[in-house]
Amino acid sequence: MNYNQFFVMQPEISLAVALILMLVADLFLGEKSKKYFQPFALAVFAIHTAYCILAGNELTGATETAGAQAFAGMYQTSKIHFFVKNMLNVGTFITFLFAYEWNKKENVNRIGEFYTLMLSTLFGMFLMISSGNFLLFYIGLETASIPMAALVALNKKREESAEAAAKYILTAGVSSAVMLYGISMIYGSCGGSLYFSDVVKNFTSSNYQVMAMVFFMAGVMFKISLVPFHLWTADTYQGAPTPVTAYLSVMSKGAAAFSFMVILWKTFSFSGVEPSTLAWNKILWWVIIVTITVGNIFALRQKNLKRFLAFSSISQAGYVMLGLMSGTAAGMGSMIYYLLVYLFTNLAAFGVICNIENKTGKVGMNDYNDLYKTNPKMAFVMTLAMFSLGGIPPFAGCFSKIFIFASAAQTGEYLLVFLALANTIISLCYYLYVVKAMYINHSENPIPAFKSDKMTLIGLTICTAAFVFMGLISPIYEMILSWSFGI
Amino acid sequence: MENIITFAPCVLLLPFLMFLFLGLTNYKWTGKQAGIIGTAGITVVAFCCYYIALQYFFGGVGKPDGATAYQTITVFNMEWMKMSVAHPGLTISIGFLLDPISAMMLIVISTVSLMVHIYSFGYMFEHGHYDEGMQRYYCVLSLFSFAMLGLVLATNIFQMYIFWELVGVSSFLLIGYYYKKPAAISACKKAFIVTRFADMFYLIGILIVSYYTKTFDFVEMNTLAENGHTLVGNSMEGLTFMGLSLTTLAMFLIFLGGAGKSAMFPFHIWLPDAMEGPTPSSALIHAATMVVAGVFLVARLFPVFAIDAPNALEAITYIGAFTALFAAVIAVAQTDIKRVLAFSTISQIAYMMVALGVARFSIEGVEHVETTLGFTASMWHLFTHAMFKAMLFLCCGCIIHCVESNEMAKMGGLKKYMPITWACFGIGCLAIAGIPPFSGFFSKGEILSACLENQCTGIYVIMTLTAGLTAFYMFRLFYHIFYYEENPEYATSEHKPHDQKWPMTLPLIVFAVLTCVCGFFPFGQLITASHEAIEIETNWFVEGVSLTTAALGIGIAYVLYYKKNDKPAKIMAKMQGLCTAASHRFYIDEVWYGITRSFIFGIICKSIAWFDRHCIDGFMDLMGWLTNRASSESKDFQSGHVQQYAWVFVMGVVVIGTLALYL
Repeated sequence: MNYNQFFVMQPEISLAVALILMLVADLFLGEKSKKYFQPFALAVFAIHTAYCILAGNELTGATETAGAQAFAGMYQTSKIHFFVKNMLNVGTFITFLFAYEWNKKENVNRIGEFYTLMLSTLFGMFLMISSGNFLLFYIGLETASIPMAALVALNKKREESAEAAAKYILTAGVSSAVMLYGISMIYGSCGGSLYFSDVVKNFTSSNYQVMAMVFFMAGVMFKISLVPFHLWTADTYQGAPTPVTAYLSVMSKGAAAFSFMVILWKTFSFSGVEPSTLAWNKILWWVIIVTITVGNIFALRQKNLKRFLAFSSISQAGYVMLGLMSGTAAGMGSMIYYLLVYLFTNLAAFGVICNIENKTGKVGMNDYNDLYKTNPKMAFVMTLAMFSLGGIPPFAGCFSKIFIFASAAQTGEYLLVFLALANTIISLCYYLYVVKAMYINHSENPIPAFKSDKMTLIGLTICTAAFVFMGLISPIYEMILSWSFGI
Repeated sequence: MENIITFAPCVLLLPFLMFLFLGLTNYKWTGKQAGIIGTAGITVVAFCCYYIALQYFFGGVGKPDGATAYQTITVFNMEWMKMSVAHPGLTISIGFLLDPISAMMLIVISTVSLMVHIYSFGYMFEHGHYDEGMQRYYCVLSLFSFAMLGLVLATNIFQMYIFWELVGVSSFLLIGYYYKKPAAISACKKAFIVTRFADMFYLIGILIVSYYTKTFDFVEMNTLAENGHTLVGNSMEGLTFMGLSLTTLAMFLIFLGGAGKSAMFPFHIWLPDAMEGPTPSSALIHAATMVVAGVFLVARLFPVFAIDAPNALEAITYIGAFTALFAAVIAVAQTDIKRVLAFSTISQIAYMMVALGVARFSIEGVEHVETTLGFTASMWHLFTHAMFKAMLFLCCGCIIHCVESNEMAKMGGLKKYMPITWACFGIGCLAIAGIPPFSGFFSKGEILSACLENQCTGIYVIMTLTAGLTAFYMFRLFYHIFYYEENPEYATSEHKPHDQKWPMTLPLIVFAVLTCVCGFFPFGQLITASHEAIEIETNWFVEGVSLTTAALGIGIAYVLYYKKNDKPAKIMAKMQGLCTAASHRFYIDEVWYGITRSFIFGIICKSIAWFDRHCIDGFMDLMGWLTNRASSESKDFQSGHVQQYAWVFVMGVVVIGTLALYL
């Protein structure tokens, strides 16, 4: 065996090192030096992030999936893989910043667990992204899911937290079962191999194979929380500690969406065939419409902000899937750009919620009445985030929607784009509910003025700057586009 | 060249950063601090601008060794947006274009802006304290400087449009600076709506042109092809719309945008009202820089206008000539000193338009009777006018600061109280009347000779007449303020009128010096349509006639207004109809108001409102109701029972599988 192959896995190895360092530190740091653990963890993770970015830069000439691979195609990487991983790294880092205060206040005894579990799920996501084989993909998925359940339950004393974790692990179990069944059917019908490159050669769209694909898709759609596999989302998001919710809604969705795209394009498609005639395309067409609509309709009624953002994220996931429809490089580019913008915007929203929850314990939309009088900065960031999520120019959220609609429209999905567009109006309505609560509704006892901690402020500044300016800086999109590939 | 590249981003970035800094740190600074921050910023910008312009004109950057013509230099041009779907290759960039006119505009904008920044220190200081909105004021001034610089440096018409609108916004904000005054509010709305209305035509023009040329870039548009036509002309060749050549139509639409900003008839109505803003900002925006944006636009696309849309240029000439005379007549009858200056600005900008209108492009090898003298004359007049008109406005600011009124009736006999203001105002009046050796004499003389040279005798007569009127109303103003009859309140008042402190007098003196010398600048060497030096000859016939007319105008003003007498009243009584009409600005405002009221509000808006309320709102309400209904009906779906979730999951797989297999 050629051990040089491991060098292709730089992000994974670096992450594993970071993970081990944190585990060891957590074990051996004494009671007194416990307070140094968080800065240490942040520093280690920052180094890891920087290393990954540098490593991604050094990767040369690879703009295709097969840019570089290891272990006979089991593991694949390219510029775009690196980009997605770096995106997740940055997102995770920002989540850590938001969690800093929460860890100090509410999670004192389990800080080490928080970081190591987070990194384990991230490791799973990296494997999902880079997988070239269904087996590795499944392992990645489970590595991402199971620690996630523990994270959701981290707040042991709160009943909702435990309940949310129970619901998550149970439904995830069902979904894994269905997906494994699908993978076994694929194994059986596609020549006894689970490598994507082998499966695509034997995939003929026979009824049996389509059924296998549907089973497989159901499992991944569960992770992305597309309707009708979304029911766990609201309960889990609401019950989980807020930093974990932020992480769940952005990172795990992003990783799953990207690998979903790669698998659908690389294994269940025939090159040279109109994408709209492919089986998965027809399924997705309906799933997207139903997801966006159901997400919107449910979000309209929510009074709890975390639950509200859960439904909002369901509907956003529907928009993300629009990028899959075209099967072109533009589709991939616009989808990753959408994810990138969504990552910063949603994290900013969660950052504000997390901050306010830490200080006052309030997460209801009515609690936010008159927020701008007491905490104008938080209200302002939240407003910008809501505008960006709703797709109001000049924030990046508007441009990402334009790009993703354009990519879908390019292959003639006009009806789909129209329905998605009509849905943005509904989404605007509920995003503006939040703004209305903060600026227009009056309250007898609004959230008192408080001073935010530095970490949260840094995180919020990064996010806000990113989603405000990213739409105006076109090279970012161009760069993503240049690394993207189609079916 | 390398140095220019280092300084160039600073010119655009610094004012913008100032704007952000002052805007985002609201009320952190006292009025004085805000003023110092803003002024420091603009000082740096001004030095960068001077450096770039001087390097360009004299440092060999614009004219490398051996070249006979100034080069057009794109210092940088960043691609901002690609319109890849509909129009491959069509991109919007943000860049920095350096050619003689933009280099000249750099000097104009930075000088006036810097002076106004300094002047505002004194102007905004009243009754022992700085105005409470100082920070907002300097913040918007920075935004304006940024927008205006971006406008003149634009490499493409779309960038220009973006900054064009930004300029409009900052003008809106400055006119409405005293937002507690209802007059200021209605004035700022009027200015914004009128100019925006004109910009609509500009945008349509841009869309037509870019649709055919597939580019926004000025250089590409202006470059002459082998057949002697520009890209715009070639790409729209033979196309007509309603009997008009499409090129002419599109270029005329673009000009209409410029007419809005430059207050050409019939879009001039906003400018007099815009005088509600603080006087220094009027000097900067509504006298020297923003209002010449229209002239600059025509000059920027001059080759296209001159070669491929001469009919549009002709229309510009007529509109300009009419506006010049029309505004001058109105100015005679106004009593608010700032409004007199406002109408005089309209009239002078119309001069520049006329000069551009009569100029024609001479193509090498083709014998042309017409010359491009008008182009140089127009830019020259733009430059000199910016200096002396800004000075006149700043003088007005000093006077208003003392008298606390804009009405001529409250003034008179101010000479002995305010000698510096008197001297500067006098120089300004002599310059605008076209008396040598002040700058206006040279630039206006060239405009008039350009009219005559290109066989536009009718226009020449109108413009000479206007020059006489200009001399008359300016000296009417001058005598009325400084001589006439002293207001008895001055002698008894505790605060006697007096010259202001140095922040307010220094800019006056700087402008006065510039007004005296800038007539001697070799404009013919620097700024021409073809970028090659041309010889400017003094046409003694024209100069003689215009001097006589000006002297006549001044003489009449002297007779009527030097000392208080009853002659003006008698003359007014004789020409009552004309006087009333002129003092009501010939009822153009009322006409616009009537059109807006009866036609736009009454017919169009009402029917649209009905459709909106009953059809669109009804549909939206229905959708909203349906959405809400669906939302409340389906809430049980999300029950919280894991068994149900699993059931839905499995059923989902079954349904999707069925869909995939049988659809």
